[in-house]
Amino acid sequence: MPNTPDYHWPPMDKRRVMGKRLDRLDGIAKSTGAAKYNSDLKPEGMLFGALLTSPYAHAKVKSIDTSAAEKLAGVTAVRAIVKAGDELQWAGQEMVFLAATTEEIANDAVRLIKVDYEVMPHLVLEEDLSKVGNRARPSGEQATGDTEKAFQEADATSEGSYGIPVLTHCCLEPHGQTIAIKGDRAEYFPSTQNVYGIASDIGRALNIPIANVHVHMDYMGGGFGSKFPADRWGLESAELSKASGGRPVKLFLDRATELTIAGNRPSVFAKVKTAAKKDGTITAWQSETWSTGGIGGGNLNAALFPYVFTQVPNRRINHTAVSVNAGAARAWRAPSHPQVCFITCSAFEDLAAKINMDPLDMFLKNLNYTSRADLYKFQFAKAAELMEWKKNWHPRGDSGNGPVKRGLGLALGTWGGAGHASTCKTTIHPDASVEVELATQDLGTGTRTMVAMIAAETFGLPISAIKVKLGDNAYPNSGGSGGSTTVGGVTSSTRKASVNALTKLFEVVAKSLNVSADDLEAVDQRISVKGNPDKSMSFAQACQKLGVNSISEMGANEPAKAPQEGLNTGGVGGVQMADVSVDTETGIVKMNRLVAVQDCGLVVNPKTAESQVYGACIMSICGALYEERIMDEQTGRVLNPDMEFYKLAGIGDIGEIIVHMDIREEMDKRGVVGLGEPCAIGGIAAIANAVANAIGVRAPRVPLTPARVLAALERRTA
Amino acid sequence: MQAFEYASPSTLHEALALLGSQWGEADVLAGGTDQISLMKDFIHTPKRVVNIKGVKELGGIHHSAQGLRIGATVTFDELAGNPAVRTEYPALHSAVMGVASPQIRNMGTAGGDLCQRPRCWYYRRGFGLLALQDGKSLVPNGDNRYHAIFGGGPAYFVSPSSLGPALIALGAKVKLVSASGQRVISAEKFFVSPQNESSRETALLPNEILTEIQVPPARGVKNATYEIRQKEALDWPLVTASVALQMQGSTVSKCSIVLGHVAPTPWSAAKASQALDGKALTPETIQQAAEAAGDGATPLSGNEYKVKLARVAVKRALLEASGKG
Repeated sequence: MPNTPDYHWPPMDKRRVMGKRLDRLDGIAKSTGAAKYNSDLKPEGMLFGALLTSPYAHAKVKSIDTSAAEKLAGVTAVRAIVKAGDELQWAGQEMVFLAATTEEIANDAVRLIKVDYEVMPHLVLEEDLSKVGNRARPSGEQATGDTEKAFQEADATSEGSYGIPVLTHCCLEPHGQTIAIKGDRAEYFPSTQNVYGIASDIGRALNIPIANVHVHMDYMGGGFGSKFPADRWGLESAELSKASGGRPVKLFLDRATELTIAGNRPSVFAKVKTAAKKDGTITAWQSETWSTGGIGGGNLNAALFPYVFTQVPNRRINHTAVSVNAGAARAWRAPSHPQVCFITCSAFEDLAAKINMDPLDMFLKNLNYTSRADLYKFQFAKAAELMEWKKNWHPRGDSGNGPVKRGLGLALGTWGGAGHASTCKTTIHPDASVEVELATQDLGTGTRTMVAMIAAETFGLPISAIKVKLGDNAYPNSGGSGGSTTVGGVTSSTRKASVNALTKLFEVVAKSLNVSADDLEAVDQRISVKGNPDKSMSFAQACQKLGVNSISEMGANEPAKAPQEGLNTGGVGGVQMADVSVDTETGIVKMNRLVAVQDCGLVVNPKTAESQVYGACIMSICGALYEERIMDEQTGRVLNPDMEFYKLAGIGDIGEIIVHMDIREEMDKRGVVGLGEPCAIGGIAAIANAVANAIGVRAPRVPLTPARVLAALERRTA
Repeated sequence: MQAFEYASPSTLHEALALLGSQWGEADVLAGGTDQISLMKDFIHTPKRVVNIKGVKELGGIHHSAQGLRIGATVTFDELAGNPAVRTEYPALHSAVMGVASPQIRNMGTAGGDLCQRPRCWYYRRGFGLLALQDGKSLVPNGDNRYHAIFGGGPAYFVSPSSLGPALIALGAKVKLVSASGQRVISAEKFFVSPQNESSRETALLPNEILTEIQVPPARGVKNATYEIRQKEALDWPLVTASVALQMQGSTVSKCSIVLGHVAPTPWSAAKASQALDGKALTPETIQQAAEAAGDGATPLSGNEYKVKLARVAVKRALLEASGKG
């Protein structure tokens, strides 16, 4: 037996597939519509699910009568999940699920349900903390150093209020599933970030073996952290199927329900005081923040303040969670980070303006308070070069004549992103075809492409020779996709499974070539003796030697061992810089340019990596300029659960986006690190800072709508 | 969506016979860009839907010395591509292009633009046209960032029409036809601010179809529309201003300035118009007209910014009309 195989990534200059700018494997299928999402499925005999949700933010059910719905022809099952006496805690809370033979009948049946409500007092707005009463839950003060003394001794202090609202995930493919329960077996087609783990939700709820819950998902249309559990609509659709003779039930939320109850990102409002020396050294941070994550309260990690600059010597942090009668928050692409980054970087930019310092210089000056000073120094230099920062930056408000003012802003971010536990099975068949199987999911990030690239690299084959099988929980468990942990996990397990399979193939070939298996390598579709390429055979010839037997080998990424193995690791940094133009007569902000410099360790495919960052930049532009969930205190309802007033950027709104992946040998040596979340952090702060720089005053609340920009300008004149 | 009877007549005569005498009996369908969502959201629950896209006499753009005749089912895209619209009626052309979605321009019709229902989020969430709860409007104490700054009460929504302000500024008329006759009224009179929940925001009656728009000749009339819209992509304007200036030499002999998205109807900014009547078009007179455009505004708790935007829109529309935009 050979020694433990060498799993290390090939050196940068020896890679044939990894590091290449390859198109994603499913790009054509997705752009032509050939790719079928689970929300596209129409299996034989399918029923349509529908649900009744609470119209009130807080109410007691006095009575509920579903009999008319049950009697409607075409309705196959009705399940009330609330009963008389139950309290409803938010508008949109699920009350009744039903299934019917057509979508129209299902919706008509929902309207036949009679409910008497006793409407109760509610709270849905948290921005004014003085009005939330007993819904506030302070979490106690965290203090380090002597903040008071630092403020007294400082050359300059800055005080500001900032706010970032609740956003919804707004997945283009809404939450939902098609599910059929036949006896003790489930065929389950959800839109999920958790192909393997989600089976247990169904198994437990329906008391059937988890092994009998078969999950399928080839493609999914957006999750951003909100699609892990089966959810009430999944469990109830399963029950409806069971009650309807096992017919498949399809229930995907409509747009309004999707934006109301399928997850959101907590708001944060803040009062911040900071202090600095004349030379730009930051000496103190003090923040009072509050936020809501819906009925459950906060859901914000206030310990992240002051963001990235965590070692500012004097710090005082107070945070209050506010419970409101609205749907619960869920993880949202880099939970807590974009909000905490926005507040921190806004406050420090204001502080820089106070001492008439270029914020780039101030951020550089204080990098010793971060845990990655050298990395950020490099990245800021690169971003500054791409932004032509020194040429284009001007002191706040010094923006020339004319109504349109231009400004620059910056921000920085950090994230973990080490690979999660993942197992993978790789099979080499006698006909030289190679299959890679793992129960992961491609959220649209390129997971399928990454897996194929790693296997192709390892076997010395073109990417077209690899068949990737994912999106099915019959394959080995590869974990859910959260925390930017997927790429590290699946590339490592695929590498190990592929090396293990190749080692077995080498053992077969070694006998024919009369060499030791250790002496062989797989390059350019051949198995050759290292240093003696004449002594070789093609990969296909090698596989023929397997006779009728395939080689199947497992590989696992174990997070505890991963750092030693060197295949993946965690901890990245990124910086973003924004260039905006603000029409000071209309308050409209236009993006000129957004620069993102991002590290994610070893970059498997620069093209798909850049795509990830582009997407994150667009998301940041939406958050900075357009997006917010608007609640109405009178009715307790979301006013904009639609794509009309829940505004998202279009192509004409995003300006030029420049992405620079920080691909240096020293980054590469760290192995693969996740990317999805870290690049979605700094953009909002950078854009908000650019607007402050352009108009000469802080517009404290995002999104930066014309109303808010004009209000800030009026304060400046006043 | 509530089940309904569907009719697809091929003549106006047939179409008119299918309409009801009360709202709710029959709805007219053309492009469907608003009608379908109204029905899906149960805001409209007509017993019958009358599709008029197959009625040939309701289509077509005709340009002559008498002006422009726009059939009700003419799409935004057809308007955008019409050379006369582009050259003689730039106010109309920019209003059309303000609908920043090719899909909606392909489907949406001129008649539908005038007859579409308000976008007020209380109305669209089922609280009625006047957004009443316990007899009181939800708008003044609610989130009214997009609501009316002029003419509010009892209605506070804003007219969503893209073409209305330009058509009024250009002095257009609309033809309304019923089985028993027809009437031609000014575009300005077509829009009304409803006084109770059972009335509507246009003069159209349940048994009528808006068949055509008649725009007088505008050769020599300086006209423009300026739209303040936050996004480049599809987005409702915050404020628009359409201006039409008849000139005598370098003097404005007749000025019409109409604001959009600021009131339950397109809003004629009479004081702004007066500020220019009989005056030369100069940066100073334009500024005076712009300042006057905010006169009489009664903003709500969250939309004072729109008063400022109204002034800016008027200024920029006038600059554009004068060739200095």
